[in-house]
Amino acid sequence: MSTRAETPAGFEPEETEFSVGEMLRRIGRGELASVRVLVAIAVIWTIFQLANDRFLSAINLTNLTLQIAAVATISIGVVLVLLLGEIDLSVGAVSGFAAGVMAVLTVKEGLNPELAIAAGLAVGALIGLFNGFFVTVFGIPSFVVTLAGLIGFQGALLLVLGDTGTVPLPPSTITDLTHTFFDPAIGWLLAAGVVGAYVVSVLVGRARRQRAGLAVPPLIQALIAPALVTAGAFATVAILNEDRGVPLALVIVVALCVVLAFITERTRFGRHIYAVGGNAEAARRAGIRIKRIRVAVFTIASTLAAFGGILAASRLLAVNQQSGSGEVLLFAIAGPVIAGTSLFGGRGFVWSALLGAIVIGSITNGMDLLGLDSDIKFIITGGVLLAAVTIDAATRLRREPSG
Amino acid sequence: MNQSQSTAQASESSSLSEPLLALKGFSKSFGAVEALKDVDFELRAGEVVGLVGDNGAGKSTLIKAIAGVQPPDEGEARFEGQPVNLNSPQAATALGIATVYQDLALAENLDVVANLFLGQEVADGWPGVDVLDEASMEHKSMELLGSLGVTTLRSVRTEVADLSGGQRQAVAIARSLLGEPKVVLLDEPTAALGIVQTQEILKLVERLRERELGVIVISHNLANVFTVADRIVVLRLGRLVASFDARDVRREDVVGAITGAEFGDERPTEEAPL
Repeated sequence: MSTRAETPAGFEPEETEFSVGEMLRRIGRGELASVRVLVAIAVIWTIFQLANDRFLSAINLTNLTLQIAAVATISIGVVLVLLLGEIDLSVGAVSGFAAGVMAVLTVKEGLNPELAIAAGLAVGALIGLFNGFFVTVFGIPSFVVTLAGLIGFQGALLLVLGDTGTVPLPPSTITDLTHTFFDPAIGWLLAAGVVGAYVVSVLVGRARRQRAGLAVPPLIQALIAPALVTAGAFATVAILNEDRGVPLALVIVVALCVVLAFITERTRFGRHIYAVGGNAEAARRAGIRIKRIRVAVFTIASTLAAFGGILAASRLLAVNQQSGSGEVLLFAIAGPVIAGTSLFGGRGFVWSALLGAIVIGSITNGMDLLGLDSDIKFIITGGVLLAAVTIDAATRLRREPSG
Repeated sequence: MNQSQSTAQASESSSLSEPLLALKGFSKSFGAVEALKDVDFELRAGEVVGLVGDNGAGKSTLIKAIAGVQPPDEGEARFEGQPVNLNSPQAATALGIATVYQDLALAENLDVVANLFLGQEVADGWPGVDVLDEASMEHKSMELLGSLGVTTLRSVRTEVADLSGGQRQAVAIARSLLGEPKVVLLDEPTAALGIVQTQEILKLVERLRERELGVIVISHNLANVFTVADRIVVLRLGRLVASFDARDVRREDVVGAITGAEFGDERPTEEAPL
């Protein structure tokens, strides 16, 4: 009652009632896309578990996290580019090329592994700058610029690998990235840290709203999402601890998601990314420097692609001529789209990178367990992508104003 | 001390009587087409001027000249009595001239609060990291919309994609007020709106007058102009041909000025039997 009295005059706050019907309506409209994906993951896992009871075993789920780490990392950058209403087709080739540069520098030139990783990331950043430059200064569609990059950087990978073709990576910091597992106790601590930080941020945000005299949902409702995240985090750690422990690669991917989700959703820069993707002309007239935003986003995306390539090389223990080619690009773009990030710009969220990678990774992993052939695997994965994009388009149609 | 205060007061009271914005001899040509010819125009604080005229009469050219988007070839402008240069949108905005274009320039994927503060977000945080202060932006948004009598919004967290045309117009007008302007230019604010929504926007324009803003409304709809304007200024073929007091002018006179009937025809000006 008292919070209501403090709300600004002349404006009735919306009644924030909690009902299952309202929630279903919002899921249908794409507002709670993450819930939709979680349901999809539950269905997929149930199907594969029924088909093969090893699917949900600790060892297989640990493998799944390692399998998706690289693509999920690349996808985070793809999400940012998609939010702008642009596309980056070069992320796969860039991931391979950057990993190739890193591998050659450390194996053939004897550079220390940490510096080689930094060099690989720098290559990614430079390529992103280059992409952003062509898109903004010359006004060339990003589709074309990055298509050229897709072809060109594949060639560049072959060039740096030289005659050997494959560069194996000896044990080092690079290979440790995906071959390190934490003690069970540290795994629990990590989960507690993530959950604690999340709950605190929810409560602080709520307190700020109350202080500003704004309506807040009932505490129970505000804690639904944190409760689900808590349950998910501890269940994940429990399962992973049964096998080798929480993989470092998973910690890296989650940390990247947390940082970039914060940047996109809570900072001015992030708000401007959404604004450019929603209405670039409006953003320009509002004084937003849209060229600078575009260049920054392409740079971040290519850097993340490079890091994804490094993770892939770490897991494979080598860089070869196929690194970053084939399904890497397709899965890196399909994942976020499946999980609710729009191809049309302005709508989406960073976590869709991880959620989408889990969907695609689960399907691939599950079909591998069943021993299906590549032909069937590609057809089914393509069908899932088409279904997801159809859902995206359908929610867009429903969003069109009726008046 | 006392003396300087009284002179300051005197100059302030004299500035109240002088126009907020005064244009003299504004002309603009596009090749052989003279879009504006020697237009003199004045706008006072708390005054709503309806700018009317047929297509191609020069309404948009005049608005763009005032907004600094398309500076005139000739003419001088005074703002609060001081000579000023309206040669860029930034210059006009800095003086306190806000423009709401017909296309509204809203980002549909963002909610009302984000659109109101687009490009001028309230943020705090650490050095180098601007963390949005959503609570205070939402609070200010509700205050602003409440003070403008915009009550049809379900929530300021509604995405603009889900708003009606009238609500979008209201959001666009409200956004223009965040910069504390003194003059607001509205380009066809009621075009494509239904009857009820049009009434809401007209009420909103009256709130702008109550705030002592100078308002210029371009509209094709004469009925709306009569409802809301204090003065009706008519442009025809780039010339300012008439300026009527909206309270005691007949609709036919305005239409006559727009079409040029009273000038083009040889009809006697007094008591023409129709």
